Amino acid sequence: MNFAVEIAGIELKNPVMTASGTFGSGQEYADFVDLGRLGAVVTKGVSDIPWEGNPTPRVAEVYGGMLNAIGLQNPGVETFVRRDLPFLARQNTRVIVNVCGHTEEEYLRVVERLGQEKAVDMLEINVSCPNVTRGALQFGQDPACLEALTARIRRIARQPIIMKLTPNVTSIADLARAAEAGGADAISLINTITGMKIDVERQRFVLANRTGGLSGPCIKPVAVRMVYQCAKAVRIPIIGMGGIASGEDAVEFLLAGATAVAVGMMNFHDPHTTEHVVDGIRDYCRRHHVEDVRDLIGAVRDA
Amino acid sequence: MKKVILMTIRRTEQLADGIYRTVLHAPDGDGFGTMLPGQFLGIYPNDPAALLPRPISLCRQEPETGDLVIVYRTAGRGTQELAAQPASSMVRVLGALGNGYDLSRFRGKRVLLLGGGIGIPPMLELAARLAGENGTAKQVIAVLGYRSSDFFLLEEFRKTAGRVLIATDDGSAGTHGTVLDAVREDGTEFDIVAACGPMPMLRGVKKFAEERGTEAYLSLEERMACGVGACLGCVCRTVHRDDHSKVNNARVCTEGPVFLASEVDI
Repeated sequence: MNFAVEIAGIELKNPVMTASGTFGSGQEYADFVDLGRLGAVVTKGVSDIPWEGNPTPRVAEVYGGMLNAIGLQNPGVETFVRRDLPFLARQNTRVIVNVCGHTEEEYLRVVERLGQEKAVDMLEINVSCPNVTRGALQFGQDPACLEALTARIRRIARQPIIMKLTPNVTSIADLARAAEAGGADAISLINTITGMKIDVERQRFVLANRTGGLSGPCIKPVAVRMVYQCAKAVRIPIIGMGGIASGEDAVEFLLAGATAVAVGMMNFHDPHTTEHVVDGIRDYCRRHHVEDVRDLIGAVRDA
Repeated sequence: MKKVILMTIRRTEQLADGIYRTVLHAPDGDGFGTMLPGQFLGIYPNDPAALLPRPISLCRQEPETGDLVIVYRTAGRGTQELAAQPASSMVRVLGALGNGYDLSRFRGKRVLLLGGGIGIPPMLELAARLAGENGTAKQVIAVLGYRSSDFFLLEEFRKTAGRVLIATDDGSAGTHGTVLDAVREDGTEFDIVAACGPMPMLRGVKKFAEERGTEAYLSLEERMACGVGACLGCVCRTVHRDDHSKVNNARVCTEGPVFLASEVDI
């Protein structure tokens, strides 16, 4: 049986990766997961200089998921390259670095810096964090802006680029087309859905940021629908995510048209989730006599 | 090394209004080893819609069995479910989390332990490790702040610490006021402070310790998601640039929950 998939000419040993921001830089989960069993590790967002992030409370549980408003706190690209990247390079998995910025120039500086690092296999460009107010949101929500940014990054990037799309738009297929037109090698979706929680006893917002990004199993149907719509709209590979907890959840995204999947919030529910998803996809393929996992991609049929 | 294990609930009992004690037993040879006072566990609810681990501090590790005792307030769906789970049922537990207290800092000293409300339980393991036959501190004075005379763990502290002072919000027992009011009223002498409790109390302790030039350790609480340092949800402002984050934020679940009071900006 074949479990390998390919994105932009880079082979992943299986379609399972981690969703940015839910897996630290990989080291935080090394006690629980053999990172070498994963198709790829996607890091927390990295910016050109250290970012403070938002005030606390930054996280809140909601029914079937959670809200977060971390604000992309990170130690900056130089610390990432010096401290976190050597660890990832030793793990026998693909390394995808998530890149964030407030302005085009900030994105470009990080992309340029990471271009010098052979251990970085791909870049995922976060144009869709709902918790950073300056810049990023506009890039991800306006097709013309997204296409222009993608094109500028594509010109200087040494690695394949994955544009990560926000679900907080009217037509996600338009954004997928814009990313493809700008030269993206792949797209990933969905980022979190903007939400809010109010503590009714105290009559206060639960998060200091008032709004936060919703993730977890409660968003999975929205994510599956959006992956399906994007798969119909573009030819570049799609990395699907949103509440994946099991092999069956992952297969649902593959059937909708994703080439690979990412496990996000459910790492917090069970630190072993990524490996369970890898095993679950294998079990599914055995059960359904699927010889090549790629045969599942976009294979959904009408009811 | 951190891990997730299934633990058996030996028993759960109510200690006061909304306060419960649960004793957790690890399968033989597969526990978290000897935990440090100040460390905590992440308890996963069985409710399939409540997905995040509940961070609950170690109250006591029973020396004979290694069983882990937690004392918690039923604040929401996860802790309510835990309190209602029958004996012999299983619960999924992530541990051991956090740094815990560095016991060497307390060696040979007169230690003031301050616990406020649901910050009282973690002080019991610290008292037990510092006082008594094998204790390394010179003296342990525990000061416990309750809302009212609906006490919990008071007898355990009386058996463990050298002295116990009480403060109540409603004045129904001990000093009418805060744990710091009780310390001032008593005039007790000490060399080092460890405190756990609500944020206004910890701010007061930080100021109190700084005015007196006393070394003080605070056990902080913050809304948490992963519990293992990955999500950066539970950060605390620090005075100096934190070595991990490269900004003035430290992770309560990893660099903490125990911080030197002079190093945090609360």
